[in-house]
Amino acid sequence: MAELCDLTGHELAEAYRTGEATPTEAWQSCLRRIQAVDGRVGAFLLVTEDEAGKQASRAEDRLSRNAASPATGIPVALKDVLCTKGIRSTAGSKILEPYVPPYDCTPWTRLRGDGAVLVGKTNCDEFAMGSSTENSAFWPVHNPWNLDTVPGGSSGGSGAAVAAGEAVWALGTDTGGSVRQPAALCGVVGLKPTYGRISRYGLIAFASSLDHIGTFTRDVRDAATLLGAVAGHDPCDATSLPDPVPDYGDRLESGVRGLRVGVIEDWLTMEGVQTGVRDSVQEAVSRLEALGASVDAASLPHADYALSAYYLIAPAECSSNLARYDGVRYGFRAPGGSDVVDMNMRTRGAGFGDEVKRRIMLGTYSLSAGYYDAYYGQAQKVRTLVIRDYQAAFERFDVLVGPTSPTTAFRLGEKTGDPLAMYLSDIFTIPSDLSGTPAISIPCGVASDGLPVGFQVMGRLLDEATILRTAFALEQDLALDLRPPLLDSLGV
Amino acid sequence: MPVEIDVDHVARLARLSLTIEEKERFRRQLGVILEHAERVGEVAAEDIPPTSHPIPRSNVFRSDELRPCLTREDALATAPEVEDGRFKVPRIVEQG
Repeated sequence: MAELCDLTGHELAEAYRTGEATPTEAWQSCLRRIQAVDGRVGAFLLVTEDEAGKQASRAEDRLSRNAASPATGIPVALKDVLCTKGIRSTAGSKILEPYVPPYDCTPWTRLRGDGAVLVGKTNCDEFAMGSSTENSAFWPVHNPWNLDTVPGGSSGGSGAAVAAGEAVWALGTDTGGSVRQPAALCGVVGLKPTYGRISRYGLIAFASSLDHIGTFTRDVRDAATLLGAVAGHDPCDATSLPDPVPDYGDRLESGVRGLRVGVIEDWLTMEGVQTGVRDSVQEAVSRLEALGASVDAASLPHADYALSAYYLIAPAECSSNLARYDGVRYGFRAPGGSDVVDMNMRTRGAGFGDEVKRRIMLGTYSLSAGYYDAYYGQAQKVRTLVIRDYQAAFERFDVLVGPTSPTTAFRLGEKTGDPLAMYLSDIFTIPSDLSGTPAISIPCGVASDGLPVGFQVMGRLLDEATILRTAFALEQDLALDLRPPLLDSLGV
Repeated sequence: MPVEIDVDHVARLARLSLTIEEKERFRRQLGVILEHAERVGEVAAEDIPPTSHPIPRSNVFRSDELRPCLTREDALATAPEVEDGRFKVPRIVEQG
């Protein structure tokens, strides 16, 4: 029998209902898996054993009172940019190493209220800036599919934890692709909903007009369930959308017959797209066609410029958001400052890592007097063009599809010396962060290098239901067996 | 051509103390990244309005109700240095 930690959330919920398993057993199964693999994977910055034990008991109370929700008793991991009351939350940064938040982020408040169990806080690129999780100030994460490769980033710890059975669900954040790209590279499902669909209250901010919270699960049904559990209006976040949250599981099984699917052709033919990625994505497209979808070529003509716009907008917003780390109110303070400005500069110089400093510098420069119009102003116009591209494409198509990332997982250290090459791994995920439209990555195969390939489905604003339905149909048809080889080699 | 930037000036604006090695590296890397990013100017015509948020919302207010907030003790609990119930920082004004 499979270990409980390898089940999906809906399988666990069913096992709880029939009395075959308990939340305590499921959480302890995750804990054993963490003990077996995390020394090699490095997905967790903190394992919250005491809290988890209490939460699992409370989940059992709820189950015995027949008051369970789909999240009750499910072992969940949270990316360490999400604040948890009384539990250290570092954002993967030395500057927040001592930080213990006095409040919970809203998504965790909701999951906790539903009886979910917090397994721990996951490793990530510092302040969610990166595409490989090598920018963590603590240690890099290794992809459970091949420990010499990266799990993607910035939510690499969340992706690796769900892939390796260290957690059943995880939350991450997606500013330029940081949920979908690691989901693709780790062979799991990553959903980035519409901008504002999940409250960001209690999220340690990176780039506020682009930051989205998203989900990591092992199948599409769980993605629908987890989204439903955390989505919805929150008066504590002025950007959160007031629109009602539908039952995302409702139309999951309605199939794709007649669905108009646009394939972003440029993303298959572009230089730098790995053959194995192209082949798996094309195979997935033909499966959709065989299932009754009408497939045609689509384009997002300004997507080429999206990366450039993103690397002006995101650093500009980060330079402003990260101004709060001044060594005064929380976190690390460097010793020996002669006056307050000297203390600020020493604290930030010693507390931030390389990539964070690079982006603060980039953002500060592009917002500084004389350069604003040429850089930030122009980038905001490109953002308009990208949004118009999506609007035009969604007049002809119900969903747009393509690869999530141009390559499978790359080797640790391969791109750390060349920031621009690293930035290019987000080329297919950035456009829907700029437009705020929802997108999901699901596994669509394993390439000849033995690493999983991600298939991206993008939808209209607030139309998560249609991308979930498309992804579900494809997932059922492909019926992939995705178990990282590490688990068998360790005999767990 | 890579863009030339005044690293010392930008680091001062950003309140970052950088080593000589970092300054040299960022000068080089930022120049290359900005050269790539400058491409935004190729397509952004005069008549295209800028977008700051993907889903614009304005005048978002919550109801004006009294609610509990962080206690002074909680708010100060994470500070590096505290004195008399306040955040403590090195001197701000020049000593005369």
